[in-house]
Amino acid sequence: MTRLDTDVLIVGAGGAGMYAALAAARAGAERVLLADKSLVGRGGATIMAQMTVAAALAEESPDDPQLHLADTLAAGRGLCIEPLAAALCEEAPARIREMEEWRVGWARRPAGTIAQVTAPGHSRPRCCYVDFLNTGPAVAATLRRQVSGVAAIRRVGNLAVTDLVTADGAVIGAVALDTAGGEPVTIAAKATIIATGGLTRLYRRSSASANMGGDGYALALAAGAELVDMEFVQFFPIGHLAPRLVGMDPIMWDPFRYKLGGRLLDGAGNEFLATYGSDEAGTYTTPRDLATYAITREVAAGRGSPHGGVYLSFEHVAHDALEAAFGPVVERLARHGIDLTQKAVEVSPIAHYHMGGIAVDETMATTVPGLFAAGEAAGGANGANRLSGNAIPEALVFGERAGRTAAAFAEARGAAPWPRGAEASAVARIERLATGQAGAIAPAVRLDELRDLMQEEVGPFRNAAGLARALERLKAMRDELDGLAIAPGRVCNPGLVDWFELRGSLAAAEAVAAAALARRESRGAHQRDDFPETDPTWARNQRVRTAADGTIAAARGP
Amino acid sequence: MPTARLSVRRGTANDREPRYDDFVVPFEDGATVLDGLVWVRTHRDPSLAIRYSCISANVCKECTIVIDGRVAYACTTRLRADATMVLDPLPGKRHLRDLVSETRPPREQLD
Repeated sequence: MTRLDTDVLIVGAGGAGMYAALAAARAGAERVLLADKSLVGRGGATIMAQMTVAAALAEESPDDPQLHLADTLAAGRGLCIEPLAAALCEEAPARIREMEEWRVGWARRPAGTIAQVTAPGHSRPRCCYVDFLNTGPAVAATLRRQVSGVAAIRRVGNLAVTDLVTADGAVIGAVALDTAGGEPVTIAAKATIIATGGLTRLYRRSSASANMGGDGYALALAAGAELVDMEFVQFFPIGHLAPRLVGMDPIMWDPFRYKLGGRLLDGAGNEFLATYGSDEAGTYTTPRDLATYAITREVAAGRGSPHGGVYLSFEHVAHDALEAAFGPVVERLARHGIDLTQKAVEVSPIAHYHMGGIAVDETMATTVPGLFAAGEAAGGANGANRLSGNAIPEALVFGERAGRTAAAFAEARGAAPWPRGAEASAVARIERLATGQAGAIAPAVRLDELRDLMQEEVGPFRNAAGLARALERLKAMRDELDGLAIAPGRVCNPGLVDWFELRGSLAAAEAVAAAALARRESRGAHQRDDFPETDPTWARNQRVRTAADGTIAAARGP
Repeated sequence: MPTARLSVRRGTANDREPRYDDFVVPFEDGATVLDGLVWVRTHRDPSLAIRYSCISANVCKECTIVIDGRVAYACTTRLRADATMVLDPLPGKRHLRDLVSETRPPREQLD
């Protein structure tokens, strides 16, 4: 069996993980292991982001991190954990300028300043981008270049961490599955950072990569860590619905809207946002939670478009203006038979981001010694609703903090003890499953079912009955894990990978549903049909942990 | 309902003869080869090994395979109604299983 030994283990090699690796090495860690179950720097959410990055650079007009913070707190509906939100806003400019030094290529005005646009919820132009719709891929490529230039960072792809290993209540490393070879791997780590992103892949309609099934949350829970704000899943209101479009991020329409204006129309061609108290008057200022609410209500009332969404129309925008704003993208759309000047597209809410996550302090330390979290996997900075453009700064800022803190922790800790047999049960499980498991149903079938269950019962609109149904079904699916069919085999055995993904996804889903059931009010991205009002006494975060009997339970914080 | 047919290379590098399994998958306008493969994994054969990550945004490039003899992305290649498409793993890379070959950069492998 392969045994690895490292100072800092980073689980997940997206934006936050890659930055954490750079920061850990910069802080003196001599051995950093950057592991991803997909390929390094290819999976996760950062690379998917075609939109904008918020930072108070003050290139276009006066700005200040405190103003960015005020907008972030307002969007968060009273639930942002302020020290985390403040760190994000205060350190974003340094991270964004550093990316520029690394030649990410932020779009610039003719005068040479970095272009900054006003994305929804921002009080001033603050959001920079890489043309055209290339922000995430450019950021990911830049980080891949930086990471590959640092000798202390060892990168390993197709290494799926299945369990964290603890001793005396502290994390001492992990057991992983080498998904290419099908062998278990043990990793002794003085410090471990979870940077696995969010859980949007749990939903039928999502803008997520395949590997965003919430496995990092499950790892943290199983190690005894607490999660926070798990009930808040952000649905991006105008995810692309029809006609079918491939090779594009389904959330690509946002910059079109705020660069050019773009009208949301019901199935009969009428504007409807004003009915919900948001009269945009030709601007694009409706926050994501309200737009999602309005669209879902219109569809439920039978006023939707043919595919079950609403129309997004640019028919009033001249072709020249479209061409100037989106250049080659207009051509790509034409290849899909889409001419925005002639016909509206259909859009509907799509799971996009998870505000909740692993509970951390300002240094990114979790409630378990030796365990840290960064990026979307860490909860709390964005409260009940994330401000547009805050995800990539969060990845970079929290990645930097986590890497730095974990390196210092590793150095102070010296060698972590590895009690004899600490890895045994996790290794044995991999060995056992690789020999195959008898059953009638495959994990892939349950993963598919899970997406419908979450979309239906734990989506943007919830109620007690639906959440209770979801929890009951999730528990039944969890009890069924040992009876699911896995074909025997080690090399690239997808059944083996699916089984671990399902196990993690079920725990993450249960955490969301339990927290959503406990929060008897509506706030931001959490909307309850049976408790439609925001309740001021609920202006507090919920923590989720695994109880002694294995159930996942939410409790209200101070 | 219209369908498409995928003839998919199966097995590992240890097999003496290349083996192909045919799957009939649902076809609708705009559906891709990756849609078909994911449908097969859910509804016909969960042991089919494929590589993909970003799911049709075409940013991760993990789903690169050979489609009808040409290197292409499964996520942006459209299915064709009433036609059979032949799918193979990438040439020139170590074959692991089914449509998966060793595409990790050498420095990102375990050993």
